[in-house]
Amino acid sequence: MLKQTEGSRAVAETVAYCRPEVIAAYPISPQTHIVEELSRLVKSGALKPCEYVNVESEFAAMSLCIGASAAGARTYTATASQGLLYMVEALYNAAGLGLPIVMTVANRAIGAPINIWNDHSDSMSQRDSGWIQLYARDNQEAADLHPQAFRLAEELSLPVMVCMDGFVLTHAWERIEVPEQAQVDAFLAPYEPRQVLDPDEPVSIGAMVGPEAFTEVRYLAHAKQMQALEAIPDIAREFRQAFARDSGGLIHPYACEFADTIVVALGSVLGTVCDVVDEMRADGVRIGALGITSFRPFPLEAVRTVLGHARRVVVLERALAVGVGGIVSQNVRTALSGIRLDGHTVVAGLGGRPITKESLHRLFADAIAGRLGHLEFLDLDTGLVERELARMAQSRRSGPSAENILRDVGSNR
Amino acid sequence: MNAAQQVKFYQVGSLAAGNRLLDPELRSDQADPARSNALTCGHRACQGCGEALGARYVLDAAQRASGGKVIAVNATGCLEVFSTPYPQTSWQLPWLHSLFGNAPAVASGVAAALRAKGRTDIRVVGQGGDGGTVDIGLGCLSGMFERNDDVLYVCYDNEAYMNTGVQRSGATPPTARTATTQAVGEEPGAPFGQGKSLPLIAMAHEIPYVATATVAGLRDLEAKVHRAMGLRGARYLHVLVPCPLGWGTASCDTVRIARLAEQSGLFPVFEAAGGEVTEVTKIRRRVPVEEYLRPQKRYAHLFTPEVRTDVIARLQRAADRNIARFDLAEEVVS
Repeated sequence: MLKQTEGSRAVAETVAYCRPEVIAAYPISPQTHIVEELSRLVKSGALKPCEYVNVESEFAAMSLCIGASAAGARTYTATASQGLLYMVEALYNAAGLGLPIVMTVANRAIGAPINIWNDHSDSMSQRDSGWIQLYARDNQEAADLHPQAFRLAEELSLPVMVCMDGFVLTHAWERIEVPEQAQVDAFLAPYEPRQVLDPDEPVSIGAMVGPEAFTEVRYLAHAKQMQALEAIPDIAREFRQAFARDSGGLIHPYACEFADTIVVALGSVLGTVCDVVDEMRADGVRIGALGITSFRPFPLEAVRTVLGHARRVVVLERALAVGVGGIVSQNVRTALSGIRLDGHTVVAGLGGRPITKESLHRLFADAIAGRLGHLEFLDLDTGLVERELARMAQSRRSGPSAENILRDVGSNR
Repeated sequence: MNAAQQVKFYQVGSLAAGNRLLDPELRSDQADPARSNALTCGHRACQGCGEALGARYVLDAAQRASGGKVIAVNATGCLEVFSTPYPQTSWQLPWLHSLFGNAPAVASGVAAALRAKGRTDIRVVGQGGDGGTVDIGLGCLSGMFERNDDVLYVCYDNEAYMNTGVQRSGATPPTARTATTQAVGEEPGAPFGQGKSLPLIAMAHEIPYVATATVAGLRDLEAKVHRAMGLRGARYLHVLVPCPLGWGTASCDTVRIARLAEQSGLFPVFEAAGGEVTEVTKIRRRVPVEEYLRPQKRYAHLFTPEVRTDVIARLQRAADRNIARFDLAEEVVS
């Protein structure tokens, strides 16, 4: 049903149609609206049987999901930012145990300094956790990725993270096609666990594995995640047949044919990027965009096929790998190994900094004109950081950077 | 999965046989050759391990109480490591290990799944050592208590982190020597006054059932598991399980040492419901704390080179306080 609704609400309703049997809930911004709406749906009886459990931390939330999933229940939770980091130990464990938990991550920056606004620092930090990671371009896709995520998780017996930009998507109202129960039921069969805790057929799950087999177990975890490279497009194809719209898949190339310059990005910024691409194309610039939906597993071949013919690639990073620069760029470079082209990493939109069309126009023009370095920070206030760098050089006791910069920003007003 | 293991029945032919002279309903679960055998032999626990003994009694009793419908969730620790070296397992019941600090939450998740599936016949037992329970797992345990999830959580308390080489935990008693509370300096061993009482913390949550037990009172331990399994909601059982390696005691002395802990008053044995103590095990033969401390190498520094009568007196006062607080002294029949 097409309706004007909030991203979080569309996700919650779609998740409810996926008939989760256990939901763990702990509040953290900007994920809260999702679990609030699910609380209402469960309590009102719209979703049953379902156990909605208010837990005392994100660590407990993911731990509870581990128990519920191992006991054979379809299991869901949502988190963001510090919350995701607080559950890290359990995240790796859920993946290692091969439990098909689905979790929405309402992407948000990580402190310190504390910042509740959007970037991808949280989920990107979990790129090696063994979870499949899908990034939504808009709220329609955020909702649509959830039935696909449950299908994928349960087919491969692996946990799946659906990443949607905090506030930008979670709190935005849009026209969204929310599926009907019957549609989702036809798309998503009841969960059949690969291995389940059952007194009639007892198994031990979570044994200790020594050096004689640990490498093999990890190899198989990798091999299993790589199977998602085939499963994700298959499921997206089936989704298109069932719901008559495009959502999911590995990548979304946009105007990439005969493009000299291709901009790589994940998540909601793709909307703005594609607008700028359209405008530059209208001016005769051969530019395109490549959206990556499946960041884990990383679709090396698909990315190579699209980018291999370009002259330059600009990767818009919504997170910073401190000490090296870009996270997505490293993966893109792996995909392009052996191919010579200009590569640029641009860190953009950290902690909710808006990414405007004007900035992108300037950025892409600079890239095409050869004025762009290998690592850039979009709209960085260079005056501000240079003053602070000078202060740091002057004295070892120059104080905390965040507070100094805030003072500078204040005195400029 | 191993083939089901025949229960070994060591005492056949002996008149001292475990409760076989009692009426059948009074006999120990362990005295029944047809009993379930949750934790089979062949695991890799140390000789004389109190935890292995406690866990076997707890889970066999829980299985009997629930008609064999038990799922066990285990924290990381000795019990997990010695029982499941991949690809082997000593568990004859469905068993899940996730992490060190999350066994109560994982158990809550299993219970939630069973509720959602309408499987009220299957029961959940969570278990961990004192480190996983009183320290790193305390937040999850408190959450489980607060929600009153239908889980029996059992803490096997050996009063330190034994699996990692005997380091101090929040349950390590005052003055005890561990690898991180060395027997050197002015106040050797664990700083005086340390040691959390998780049974009291559990009681503060006003959950349906809290009990303590030791491996010296195995019949009592079984009875408490049966009582706990007869109830719904969050239940907590704290079992003192001496560790020959960490405590520096002979492996044949595990049960005797546990009994001395009880008889000295240092480990009060009681039951509570809804936050109130309902039953205590009276001390039939009271012993001075020194009798409990002396055989243990972890307290050796209280006796050599000179006897620290001041410290022993403080520990005695702590035991006396327990005896008064829980009313452990046997009434004198006049």
